[in-house]
Amino acid sequence: MEEGRVIGVGAEAVLILCTWLGLKAVKKIRIRKSYRHKVLDEDLRRERTILEARLMYEARRLGVPSPTLYDVDLDNYCIVMEYIEGPKLREVMSKLRTKELRAILSKLGYAVGILHANGIVHGDLTTSNVILKEGIPFLIDYGLGSFSYDTEERAIDLHILLRSLESTHYSLSKKAFKMFLKGYSNALGREILFNVLKKVKEIRRRGRYVKERA
Amino acid sequence: MRHYDDVLVLGIESTAHTFGVGIASSKGLILSNINSTYVPSKGGIHPREAAEHHSKVASQVVLKALEVAHVNLEELDGIAVALGPGLGPCLRVGATLARALSLMLNKPLIPVNHAVAHIEIGRLDTGFKDPLVVYVSGGNTLIAAFNEGRYRVFGETLDIALGNCIDVFARKVGLGFPGVPEVEGKALSWKEFVKLPYTVKGQDISCSGLLTAALRKVNEGRRLEDICFSLLETAYCMLVEVTERALVHTSKREVLLTGGVARSKLLSEKLKLMAKEHGAKFKAVRAEYAGDNGAMIAYTGALALKHGIMIKVKDGGIRPRWRIEEVEVPWRREE
Repeated sequence: MEEGRVIGVGAEAVLILCTWLGLKAVKKIRIRKSYRHKVLDEDLRRERTILEARLMYEARRLGVPSPTLYDVDLDNYCIVMEYIEGPKLREVMSKLRTKELRAILSKLGYAVGILHANGIVHGDLTTSNVILKEGIPFLIDYGLGSFSYDTEERAIDLHILLRSLESTHYSLSKKAFKMFLKGYSNALGREILFNVLKKVKEIRRRGRYVKERA
Repeated sequence: MRHYDDVLVLGIESTAHTFGVGIASSKGLILSNINSTYVPSKGGIHPREAAEHHSKVASQVVLKALEVAHVNLEELDGIAVALGPGLGPCLRVGATLARALSLMLNKPLIPVNHAVAHIEIGRLDTGFKDPLVVYVSGGNTLIAAFNEGRYRVFGETLDIALGNCIDVFARKVGLGFPGVPEVEGKALSWKEFVKLPYTVKGQDISCSGLLTAALRKVNEGRRLEDICFSLLETAYCMLVEVTERALVHTSKREVLLTGGVARSKLLSEKLKLMAKEHGAKFKAVRAEYAGDNGAMIAYTGALALKHGIMIKVKDGGIRPRWRIEEVEVPWRREE
């Protein structure tokens, strides 16, 4: 492993390989955004660093596949975590066989269900934020998440996932979402699933053509 | 000069407060673009009052568009109309007129989606081929890109449109309409940044909490200039951030800003900085094609007609909630 190699430049952070007490690790540094005013920029980076660390720690404790939190360095808006080696779900989705896809998505659904059942929402549930390692979907990038039992927040997670499926894997999206829901309802039960899906529908109707409310 | 494979279309826009007629060819020649915007004396747009305005100005706008283009009705290859998304009463004025023209002239009727038209005029005006599109106006906030035959939505607002948020704020604190230039003007003399709710969820934003909080701060006696600045800074940064997320997600190389709020210099500057950080190009549609206009409907209609998209007059009803993903975009297949 090359220490110090940049393995990813996301929208808000840079990921750098490193070792932490002899373990393979990733350093995630939230970078300054030149388009944001300094006060706002520093506030956001601090808040999200703290939030991500807390959520990731809680998720891991619940047994939801996520990187283990190693260290937090607030002065540098930086988190050190376990390195999960594998492709993003987005990159391999169209190459998977139906059987593999079903296994992965229902596991993912179950994992998200466990998070929701324990008052955690991910906040950015896209196929880019799922890493596959030995057939297990690991959830990463908790920086936009929150602690909430709110149906609306849960529905936003599902809405974001569904749209990420539709916008990049359109032909697979319906099938894939169904597989996800199967695992999700296994963790949360059909009644909650029903309520959350009702809210998803409502969200999808909202925001779009608000001209009607102008 | 027109070519035999080029078609000439008259397009009608009436989705909200603007009634516009344009004449354009599928090769991208804009022959005319005449628009009349209804400005309410007080309060927001009242759909029925706007529709009344549209009916009043309709015939003179059509005649002016023909006159400026030096085209007579017989020379047209089709009549395009924005059937949605938009306000029912307003849409009805344009749709009725388009159906009547189509019947009278015996020319094809072409349905155009208003959001697709904003994207197509933006691509034409900037020369961008395959951009990530940021479409922001008083009624719409969406981030879209072309994929598998259609424009797909990568991000949007979860409640009110960004332009609407700023317009309503402007109105409630006594600044004029449209709100964006007014609030931007006030914001120039800011002194202190005031923290307001910054809500980004995945690739979506939420503006209603921001609006409420900004109004509350003004009522609490905070300096209006400071709140104007903080509101814009917060709202624009939210939008730029979700755009950035979509840019990374889609790996597009171009970022296009279109829609009425494309006139905002401040938003353009921020998007440009962001695009630069990712090695992408940024352009905003020019002011004359930023707001709702007839030319964008005509041009998009011409592209559609060339690919055989037309409907029977009896199917020319309005589609107030017509989603952008429902629209086939065959003219981009050959690129």
